[in-house]
This record gives sequence, structure tokens and C-alpha cells, in this order.
Amino acid sequence: MKKTVTLGALTVAAFAAGAAGAATLDDVKARGELKCGVSTGLAGFSAPDANNVWQGFDVAYCRALAAAVLGDPNKVAFTQTTGQTRFTALASGEIDVLARNTTWTFSRDVDLKFEFIGVNYYDGQGFIAPKSLGVASAKELDGATVCIQTGTTTELNLADFFRANNISYEPVPIETNAEAQQQYLAGACDVYTTDASGLAATRATFENPADHVILPEIISKEPLGPLVRHGDNEWGDIARWTLNALIAAEEYGVTSANIAELSSAPTNNPEINRLLGTEGELGAMLGLDNEWAKRAIMAGGNYGEIFEKNIGEATPIGLSRGLNAQWTEGGLLYSPPFR
Amino acid sequence: MSDTHAQTVAFVRDTMLDQKDPPLNQVGAVKWIRENLFSGWLNILLTLASLWVVYAVLSHLLPWALRGVWDASNLTQCREIIAERYGAGTSAACWAVLTERWPQLIFGFYPKELYWRPILAFLIFLAAVAPVLFSAVPRKMLWVSALAPFVLFWLIWGGSLWGPIAAILGFVIGWAILTFAAPKIGTLLAVILAIVVPLFYWLVICGPLSDALASVVPLSLRAVATQKMGGFLLATIIGVSGIVLSLPLGILLALGRQSDMFIINKFSVAFIEIIRGVPLIVWLFTASLLLNYFLPPGTNFDLMLRVIIMVTLFSAAYIAEVVRGGLAALPKGQYEAADALGLDYWKSMRLVILPQALKISIPGIVNTFIGLFKDTTLVVFIGLLDPIGLSSSIRATTDWNGVYWELFVFIGLCFFVFCFSMGRYSLFLEKKLRREHR
Repeated sequence: MKKTVTLGALTVAAFAAGAAGAATLDDVKARGELKCGVSTGLAGFSAPDANNVWQGFDVAYCRALAAAVLGDPNKVAFTQTTGQTRFTALASGEIDVLARNTTWTFSRDVDLKFEFIGVNYYDGQGFIAPKSLGVASAKELDGATVCIQTGTTTELNLADFFRANNISYEPVPIETNAEAQQQYLAGACDVYTTDASGLAATRATFENPADHVILPEIISKEPLGPLVRHGDNEWGDIARWTLNALIAAEEYGVTSANIAELSSAPTNNPEINRLLGTEGELGAMLGLDNEWAKRAIMAGGNYGEIFEKNIGEATPIGLSRGLNAQWTEGGLLYSPPFR
Repeated sequence: MSDTHAQTVAFVRDTMLDQKDPPLNQVGAVKWIRENLFSGWLNILLTLASLWVVYAVLSHLLPWALRGVWDASNLTQCREIIAERYGAGTSAACWAVLTERWPQLIFGFYPKELYWRPILAFLIFLAAVAPVLFSAVPRKMLWVSALAPFVLFWLIWGGSLWGPIAAILGFVIGWAILTFAAPKIGTLLAVILAIVVPLFYWLVICGPLSDALASVVPLSLRAVATQKMGGFLLATIIGVSGIVLSLPLGILLALGRQSDMFIINKFSVAFIEIIRGVPLIVWLFTASLLLNYFLPPGTNFDLMLRVIIMVTLFSAAYIAEVVRGGLAALPKGQYEAADALGLDYWKSMRLVILPQALKISIPGIVNTFIGLFKDTTLVVFIGLLDPIGLSSSIRATTDWNGVYWELFVFIGLCFFVFCFSMGRYSLFLEKKLRREHR
């Protein structure tokens, strides 16, 4: 534990330095493991269970990607990132992909030099307040103390919203969602604001959920999605089309239950055939084999199955599909065609 | 004798009375209570007030803790059990989260079937520190202490046994140069060689050598990546490495700061002031964020190692100042006496000055160590899973979202055990080394 660690790692570092610079796909294949950055803990999105296995909505995407690239959904090394460390971890190559309910914004995409590969959850910022406060709308929150997570877009949205409505507030900065829950319940702030999905998850854990109300205003657009580094478009394509495959699978009715049957022989829907690799050479164009999407879908099911299992109405978090329904059902999920 | 009283006094006692017990209110608990708690109206009032505070705290805390549920699979179920047993609205602890998750809090994500390795490592660690801490333990045990770092590293991280063995060889080379070459080529050159040659060996020869040995006789444990370690395993690894490494470094820095040699002196001063003048969390962020930009992309420079280096440097700066206080407290006569005996610098330090200076500094040094150990929780901000970080991951599962105090109580108790024993040891050492007032 003492000097050997230092020296051992120094040698490792010296040798590893020579191997840098290859494409991410080759790196991942050589390593035999996908390095995926996730949140330090957001109910339903990423958390380790009692057997040290990571579970959650963001985690499921990482597993699908690992299944597509490496053929095994368990070959993922999860790195926990905080709001502050997530972008450096990705930029420095510590992780290959970041799936950490990160909002897609102009400056993050352009200025920070990342590539958002799609949206896996359409969220929006809301407020939760105790019923006893007697507010029916966020516009009545003049002079309220607001618990808010630092280093996130919610902080900026909040400032914009209050300025636009010409009302004042007093921020109570907090670091994590868990801390926010406790501060809010202890009465350190009148309202707590974060993404509406987070609010629902938070309210579900209260002893008396009925005493708290989620205000109707959604004050921002929060398209949350996975992202990769600028500059490696092949890797970005793989990440993007893995997500699209999960979404398209739901649209075409490909589920983990019927995928074995649908992929055994070409069906009469050519789009399904191309998706599952029974027709065409889409996998080869990505630098993968033709069953990549099949493996990605088999990892945890299609988008709808992942949603229902981790954050859907049957779970304690109980989110409805809302904006995250397929475009055919009035939502915003719309995968480009597999052609 | 006179018989004046022969008729007036009916009875004359001819034996001594037995001693009576003192009055009840002058002995034992009653006396102590009267004197210490109820010795005046003000004290009576204060005592009653304190008793009320103690009662108020315990009457909330004890039922909460004692009614706790130990057997439930999630928070909702736990709350149902509480409501069923004690009626709705009763507050009680959900210790069940500990029943289910305590291995995670202790070992992080270390593979379950390999838990014996950190446990064995901990036992070896105890055996290795025993001869260092207690002089009653046989001196031969010091060999265990010298080899322990390598064995512990191998046990915890796994991999080939030849790596640590090849690394030990570097120290042997350095020692051999110092012992055998020094008389022929002079001390200074030997010291320089004893540093340069092993470094060269570690950087260039060590890796291929251990690989070659491993390919001949594979002796290896399953490797466990640093990312899998967390909880108290992580806190202990960082804390213990920091403590073990920072003490010698701190002493060297303190001597450097006292030194007459210009470069050494200024370097020590600059190092101490810069490291000490910046918060630890900034150094940790430097280690985790900034270094990534300076190192070549793809470099796999272990985050835990970076943190250990930063923590070590940080606490070394503090130790240096504490030891400097001890050095300054020694009368000048001690330095002069050591010189008068004809001792060279290192001998005078080793035999005369440092034993006294370190004895004076014990409380300060242990204080710094306790601080360092508790500061390991700061790594949560750079995404390492220390116990606090794990508690938030546990809370992020849908099962246990909403559990707070139970986890914090457990973590607090564990830290208390570590820190309290360090404090007790420091008291023991002070008593043992007390020479002045015997």
C-alpha cells in the first residue's frame, strides 16, 4: 500500500502513455470494457444495488452500448461523476461515454466540445412545495427561499424565470439531490426546484407524499442525453445509433420477448430486418457486426421496456411517458429510419 | 484513684466505642452528588436544567434507535412494519438499510467472494503496526512491518505476486549500494546512486522482469480495479498510506526548514507554505481534474494514487510545522551538546534532537493524523466512493431513497472508533515517554 503503489502506477502510466491516440472503438475493444460515466446517484437513473450491480435508466443505455460493441452488457466499468467532474472526465478520456442525465445545451455541445448523441429523456424544470405553503403557481413564489443544485442548468433557468417574471428569490445552494430532499423536508427552503422527473422521484420517498405539491409550471426545456467527445465521429455514430435502435425497436414493436423470433428469419417488415441485421449491412457500416442492434435491444429491452422497468408508472418513481412517448403516440421520440 | 464518683456514676465504660460509619450524606455517591451537583441553589438549578436536556435528547433518540427495524427489504416496507408495530406516525430507525448494505459501506464494490482479502490484509496490517506502536512486541516482528506494504498491496489489488517482489528488489539494490559501495566511492555519491539506480530499475527493468517471472511461474490473485474499492476500505487505504508516508516526509521538511543550506531551506519553506496555504479540496480537484489535462491522453494514472499523493503532501506540510514546533521547543544546549559529542548532523538528529522533539510533538502529530483520516471523506467531491459517497449511492436506489440518519450514524460510529483509538494511543505514548516528572 505504500511505495509500491506509487512506483507500480508510475510504470503503468509510463507504458500506457504510448498507447494513446487510437480511435475510441478500438480502445474499447482492446480494453474489453466500456467506461461509462454515470451520476453519483439519482433514483431510477443510476444506482448500485445490494449486489454491487448498477441499475437504472442511464445505466441501461450504457449496457446496451456495451452489448452492441462488446457483445456483453456486463462489460461496463461505471465511473461515478458529480456535476463538476463529469465534463472533465469525458474530455480527458477517463470515460468513453457520459450518460448522466445531462442537459443538451448549445454551449455544452459547441463550446465544451462534446457531441450529444440524442435525447433519452425529455425533462423540464419544476418546483415542489409543501401544501401548507398555499401556493398554486410558481409565479406566487416572490421572496421564497429555493433549494437548488449548484453547477447545473437548473440554477441558470431559475434565475431566468424569476427575472422574467420580475419576482425575487433567495437561493439555498446544495450539492446533491439527497441533500436537497433533507434540506427541503427540514424547512431550510420553501421550495425545491430540479427536473420534474427528479421531483417525482423525490416526492415518492417522502413519508407523506400527499402533503407536497408539484407546481404546474415547467420553466425550462431539459433534453437529457448521453454524450461523447468531439472528434471521433465513428464512435459518436455508434453511440447515436445504439440509442436510436432502442427507440426504433419500441416503435416497430420489437421487444426482449419477441426479438429472438423476429431475428431468426427475415420478417415482412424490411425496417425490422435491417435493424436486426437479417437484411442489409448496416452493422458493417458502423464497424460492428450485423447483430449489434439485436444485442443492444436484448441487453435490457427496447426503450419502452427500459423506461417501464426503471422509472415507469409501476416503479416507486412512477413517471408517466408524457413527452417521452413515441411520436406515433403524441410524444417526441422519433428515431431516424434505419436505411 | 478517687472514689468521688463511685455513687454518682452508675456505669463507666471500660472499652473504646467502635468507630461508627460517617453520616450517610458525608460518604460515597450521596456526598459526591451533594458536593458536585447540588451544592447551592444555582448549581441545583443548573443540574436540573442539564438533566432535563439529557432526558429530552435521550427520550427522542433512544426509542428511535431501539425501536429500529432490522429486517426489511426497502424503506416503504420498513415504514409499514413500524406503523404496524408502534402505530402510524411513530418515528423509528430503519436499520434494515445497514443489514442489507453494510458490506457495501465497508468494502465498496469489492467482489463479494473476495472479501477475505481485505479482511486478511487488515489483520496483517494490525500485526505490522503492532511492533511499531508497542515496544513490548518482539523486535523481530519489524520484518513483518517492512514486508507488509508489499503483501497488503498484493492482497488488495491482486495481480501477479512477482510485481511486488520485483519492486522489493529495488529497495534491496538501494540498500546494497549504500552498504557495500559507500566505503569505496564516498557517502554522497553512494546516496545519489542509491536513489538513481533503484528509480531506473523500477521505471525500466521492474515491469518486464516481473512479467517474465510471471510467465515462468504464474503466481497471481484475481486483480481488482481501484474503481471497485470504496467505503471504509477506501478511506482506510488513503488514510493509512497518507499517515505512513507523510510522517517521514514531514520530518524531513521540518529539518529542511531548519537547515542552513539555502536551496533546501527555501524549497522546504516554499513547499510548506504553498501546500498549507491552499485548501485540501483544491488539491483534490487538481489531482482529479487538472492533472488529466497535463498528462498525455489515455494515460491511466490511477485516481486513488493521485489522491494518496495529494493527501500525503498536504498532511506532510502540517506535520512539518508540528515537528518544527517540537524542534524549536528544545533548548539550544541540546544541539550544542550533540555537536560537542562529535556527532555528525544525521547522528545528532537521530540520537539526540529528534527523539526529544518528536516526543513533544506527539499530540500535534496525532491530531494531524486524525484530521487526515477524517478528511478522506472529501474525496466524495471528485467521484470516489468513500463512505459518504456510498451513502448517497445507496440513497439513490429506489429501495432506500429517503434514508439518512441511519447511514450517517453508522458512518459516524465507525469513524469515531478509528479516531478515538488513535487519540487513546497518543495518550498512552505520552504517558510512557514522560521522563520529567517521575
